[in-house]
Amino acid sequence: MSVLVGTDTRLCVAGITGSEGRFHTLNNRAYGTNVVSGVTPGKGGQDVEGIPVFNTFHAAAEQSGANTAMIFVPPPFAADSILEAADAGIETIIAITEGIPAHDELRVYAQIKRTPGVRLIGPNCPGVLSPGKANVGIIPASFFKEGNIGVMSRSGTLTYQIGNELAGQGFGNSSIVGLGGDPIPGTSFIDVLEMFENDDQTELIVMSGEIGGDAEELAAEYIGENVTKPVVGYIAGFTAPPGKTMGHAGAIVSGSKGTAAAKAEALEAKGVRVGRTPTQVAQIAVEILGG
Amino acid sequence: MDLLEYQGKQLFARHEIPVPEGIPARTVDQALDAAEKIGYPCVVKAQVKIGGRGKAGGVKVAANAAEAREHAEAILGMDIKGFTVHELWIEEASEIEAEYYAAIVFDRSARAALVMLSTQGGMDIEQVSAESPEAIATLHVDPLLGFQPFEARRLAFEAGIDADLIRPIGDFLARLYETFIAEEALLVEVNPVIITPERKVRALDSKVTLDPSALYRHEANSQLRDPSDEDPQEQMARDRGLTYVKLDGDIGILGNGAGLVMSTLDVVAQYGGEPANFLDAGGGSKAEAITSAVEVICSNDKVKAVLFNIFGGITRCDEVANGLIEAFATAAPTVPFVVRLDGTNDVEGRKILANAKLPGMHTAATMNEAAEMVVALAKGESV
Repeated sequence: MSVLVGTDTRLCVAGITGSEGRFHTLNNRAYGTNVVSGVTPGKGGQDVEGIPVFNTFHAAAEQSGANTAMIFVPPPFAADSILEAADAGIETIIAITEGIPAHDELRVYAQIKRTPGVRLIGPNCPGVLSPGKANVGIIPASFFKEGNIGVMSRSGTLTYQIGNELAGQGFGNSSIVGLGGDPIPGTSFIDVLEMFENDDQTELIVMSGEIGGDAEELAAEYIGENVTKPVVGYIAGFTAPPGKTMGHAGAIVSGSKGTAAAKAEALEAKGVRVGRTPTQVAQIAVEILGG
Repeated sequence: MDLLEYQGKQLFARHEIPVPEGIPARTVDQALDAAEKIGYPCVVKAQVKIGGRGKAGGVKVAANAAEAREHAEAILGMDIKGFTVHELWIEEASEIEAEYYAAIVFDRSARAALVMLSTQGGMDIEQVSAESPEAIATLHVDPLLGFQPFEARRLAFEAGIDADLIRPIGDFLARLYETFIAEEALLVEVNPVIITPERKVRALDSKVTLDPSALYRHEANSQLRDPSDEDPQEQMARDRGLTYVKLDGDIGILGNGAGLVMSTLDVVAQYGGEPANFLDAGGGSKAEAITSAVEVICSNDKVKAVLFNIFGGITRCDEVANGLIEAFATAAPTVPFVVRLDGTNDVEGRKILANAKLPGMHTAATMNEAAEMVVALAKGESV
C-alpha cells in the first residue's frame, strides 16, 4: 500500500491551463498518475493534451469522478480554489501554491476541519509521491523507487536530498509526503504518522522538520504514545537566528520558541534518533533496517 | 513586517481605537513644530522596532519648547539595543489612572487568533506570564465566527476589570480584533492600554506585525516599509526577488529550497565554519537569478568563500552550471567558490564547470564534502 495517493487516485488540477500547472500535470500523468480533469473558470470545455477542463470543481467531480485535487493557482485565488474543491467533496486536496496569506489559511483550515471526509495537504508543499503508483505535485520522481520507508517533510528540496541519500543506501519509499513550509499546514506530522503506522508497506518512518511552531514537539509526544514503527528524525535550522523568517513563512524562531535544538531534544526524549546531517539520517536507517 | 509605534497607532485610528494625538518628526525642527501644535506637556518618543525604549532614555516628557528641543536632540540618532533612532513621535501627554495589557496573536499552534487581556499593563508581559500566568486572561477565537461580544465580556470579567469598564474594554478588544482581521496582522499588542481619570480607555503604545504575504491587498500598508532601517544586502536581495537573511559569519551560502539552505548552514557550522547569510535562489536555474545571487552575496565584505549547494530536481544541474558560467562573467567574484551539484544531470553539470576553468571554482559531489572544502577555503587553506 501507500498513503494519500496511489492507484485509486483520480486527479483534477486547478490551474491546469497555466504554464506551471500544465507542465507538472503532464509530468504527473507521464509518471502514471490517473489525471482525469482540470479546472479553470471560463475555460470549461477545452482540454489540455486530452485532459478535459471544467469550469468548476463540482462539474469536475461529477463528470470525471475526481477524488483528488492539486491546487496550482496563484496565491490570491488559492484559498478560494481549495474551498471550492472541499465544497465539491474532493477527498484529498494537495495545495502546491506558495505565499497564501496567513488569515486565508486560518479560515481554510477551520472550514476543512468541519468538512468530514476532506483532507488538505500543504499549502506551500511539493506534493505526495507514492513510487510506482502515483505522483501528485512537483517531486522529481526519478530519484525514488518503491520500498519500505515512509518520508514526511516540511521542505521540498530537503526531502529530495534525504530521499536521495536513502536511495544511495538502497532504500525505496512507500510514500513521500510534503507537508509544506507554511505556519498552518492542513496536515501535520501526527496525521501522517498515523497513516504510516497503519500502512503495511511502511517499515520505517523518516520525519524531516525545521524551525518554527511546535509540530515536531507534538509529533514526539504522539510517537511516544502511538507509534510502534521506528522513526528517524532530521531538523533543519540549528544555526537560524531568532526572529528571522528563513525562506519558508513558517520557519521562524519566535523568542526562545521553535528552535531546532528543542525539537531534536523532544524527539530524542521519546527514543527517536535524530540525524545531524541528511547523510546521517540514511546511515541511521541502515543501522535500524540493515543495509 | 513590523511597524513603528506611530504607524501602528495610525492603523488603530483607522479602526476607531482611541489613541493620543501625535505627529511624527524626522528632525529637531520638525519635532519642535509638532510640539507647538500638540501643546505642552508633550511626550517625545523614539520610534524603533524594539522594546525597552523608556528604560533606554528614548521616551521623555517635555514641559516647554526648550525641553522639547533638548529631548529631540538627545533622542534622534540615539542607539537603542542596536537600533538607531531616525524618527520621533511627538504625542500629547496622557493622564494615567491604570495600565492594562491587551493583545491579539496569530497562534499557529492553535490555528486561531489568541486574545489576551490583563490588568498588569506597562510591564514586560513575558515576565507577567512567567510569574503570575493567572493574571492574563486568554481566549481563542473561532476564525469563521469571529470575536463575539460575550467573549470580550468573559475576558474582561476573568481579568478582573472594574465593573464600569467591562463594556468600554470589551469595545476596545472588539476594535482591536477588527484591526487584526482587516489589516491581516500577525500581532496587535497594546501595552499599556491606559485608563484616564475620566475613565476613558486609550492605546498608549502599539506593536503591530503585518503578514508580508497579504501586503499585495493592502496598498497603504505596503508603503510603510522603511528601506533605511534594512540591511543593505537584505534590501538588495529583496529588490531582486531573492530570499536572503544576513548572518554574522564569513561563508556566503546559496542553494535551492529553504529547507536545503537551512540544512546547508547547519552542515557548514558542523564543519567549523560560520555562515554569512541564508539565500534561497528558488527552483530556477536562470543565469539572471544566479548572477543576482552572486552579486548580493559578494557585496558583503565579510564573505571569504562561497558555497553553492544545488540539489537538482526539476532544476537541471547542467543548466545551473551554464548559468553559473554566465554569472561569473557578469559578477566576476573575487573569492573562491565551492559548487556542489547533485541530482538531475549532475555529472554533466560538474563536467561543464570543470571545462570552463572558472577562477577559484571548486566542485563537489556531496554536501558534506562541499562544506568541508568551503570551511578550509574561508580559513585561507588550500583544498
